[in-house]
Amino acid sequence: MGRGYLVRKLLHALATLFFVVAFNFVLFRVMPGDPIELLTRSEKLTPDDVAELQAEYGLDQPLPAQFVNYLGDVLSVDMGVSLRTGLPVSTLISERVWPTFLLVGIGTVLATVFGVLIGIKGGWNRGSRFDTRSLYGSLLFYSIPEGWLGMLLLIVFAGTLGWFPAGGFDTGEETGFAAVIDIANHLFLPVLTLTLGYIGEYAIIMRSSLLDTVNEDYITTARAKGVPEHLVRRRHAVPNAFLPTFTLIFLSFGYVLGGAIVIEVVFSWPGLGQLTYDAINQLDYPVIQAIFLLTSALVIAFNLAADLTYGFLDPRVRHA
Amino acid sequence: MPEPEQDLVVPPSARAVVWARRRRTAAAHWTTFRRNRQGIVGLVVLSVFGLIAIFAPLLVDETQLEPATASAPPLHPPSLQYPLGTDNFGRPVLGLIVMGSRISLMVGLTATFGAIVIGAFVGITAGYFGGRWIDSVLSAITNWVLVLPWVVLAIVLSSVLGRSVLNIVVVIAITSWASTARVVRSQVLSVRERAYVERSRALGAGHWHLVSRHILPNVMPIVFANAVLTVALVILAETTLSILGLGDPQAVSWGVIIEESFSAGALTAGWWWWLIPPGVAIVFVTLSFTMVGYALDEVLNPRLRRR
Repeated sequence: MGRGYLVRKLLHALATLFFVVAFNFVLFRVMPGDPIELLTRSEKLTPDDVAELQAEYGLDQPLPAQFVNYLGDVLSVDMGVSLRTGLPVSTLISERVWPTFLLVGIGTVLATVFGVLIGIKGGWNRGSRFDTRSLYGSLLFYSIPEGWLGMLLLIVFAGTLGWFPAGGFDTGEETGFAAVIDIANHLFLPVLTLTLGYIGEYAIIMRSSLLDTVNEDYITTARAKGVPEHLVRRRHAVPNAFLPTFTLIFLSFGYVLGGAIVIEVVFSWPGLGQLTYDAINQLDYPVIQAIFLLTSALVIAFNLAADLTYGFLDPRVRHA
Repeated sequence: MPEPEQDLVVPPSARAVVWARRRRTAAAHWTTFRRNRQGIVGLVVLSVFGLIAIFAPLLVDETQLEPATASAPPLHPPSLQYPLGTDNFGRPVLGLIVMGSRISLMVGLTATFGAIVIGAFVGITAGYFGGRWIDSVLSAITNWVLVLPWVVLAIVLSSVLGRSVLNIVVVIAITSWASTARVVRSQVLSVRERAYVERSRALGAGHWHLVSRHILPNVMPIVFANAVLTVALVILAETTLSILGLGDPQAVSWGVIIEESFSAGALTAGWWWWLIPPGVAIVFVTLSFTMVGYALDEVLNPRLRRR
């Protein structure tokens, strides 16, 4: 891969990250309202308390100095202390990353695989009954709010049918392999919700990308030289149509993360979303701030990964 | 033999020519749109919801929707008198949904308007005035907002701003303008180079004239199709934020109804009539906006017409 391409993309990601950090800093310090007031919205404070807190958080220093301190904290992964639990924010977050990773990871992979397959089948036989039905189905699932979809699935599969637990991460009573089964049992409905929530979008993207590809000259050439239809599809059309789809799926990561927050709340799944929800209700600003920083950093990392993989897969991009 | 002179009519004014052309284009677009079944179905559904929203105060007795004056028994299952049952305050769910259509559609339309205005402004500035710095900085910001975990950003913003309908609109507008900005920028880049724009510039037209007479009219159709698609996303966003408890409890939108039934325990208690209908309303409206948006995209964006 061209070194220039790599360096350019890396610098771009770093610049974006810096922008996010600066935004996070500005938002909580320069916005209307005093940070101390924001930090302790529900408490009554004497002027002495305020001065003490300001000194503790370094808020008595000029803004540029505060920003430098803040950068130092961010670089050393010091996210401060949760106002409600008194625990370091980094500890709280590291406990919650794993469940969210499971949910978002499995859900995204399933949605991608099935969405892409549906998109290929529909797009290749455009106007067929399968195409029409899958297109309407995709539009329908695209239009359903994820949280509400989760609630519907809960009513049907956990309530009426009683097939799955109504929420949580595990029952906490199992060990060994049975514990894995237990977690999988709890994971099923949230993952199903996430998958259904994004499968339609991915199918539509793949379908239209394939429709763009079908009119390319190299497809006509392949057909003209007698390549069998299924090979035209597998070797010529799909790989080229998959490239833009791949990038868009990577780019939608931030959206999926947002959907996961609601799904976690509905299923009491103890991940970052649940943590965010609790932090909103308890006005725990250091936690909200840290989650914003972390998720933005994740999204930036994903974009970088998408850019680099894309450059690796498509020579035209890295030499552009 | 040429006709004698008296048959010549007075030449129409420039304005009349422009309006005649616009009427013709609109008629042609309508003919194309009418052939799109999805688009028409969506348009009909949206008109029904629009009428319901406009005439909502005539359709429901608002005193029944105040927790203090609601007279129906609480949590009553659907019956002839209360077709969708009642909530925990004894408010009829059907009435809540009818009145809620005003809030949901209002938030959807105003937040979209805000997003479109920001997006068009950023897109035109980046594309038209371009230049190395303005364009790259604006594009970087646009790309950042586009991929950002918008729910988290919205949470951060609304926890700083506080909970009200206006803040929901502001927050959603701030997090939804980026795709419009991108579409507009690329359209502006291509329009800017066209011969008639060049001609106009050569004749001494200023920035304002070029942007308002040549760039904007060419960008508007795509912005419009984009806006209709954005409304669907905005309504979904409002639902998400409401379910997370960031909605305005004073302005009962469909999302707020879902949240209220969820936190009252409708899932475990089986009060399905309170939880399901607002979601169905959201799906109908979002799906319709999406279908109309796609149909418009096909009409206004000739490149797509073959699909």
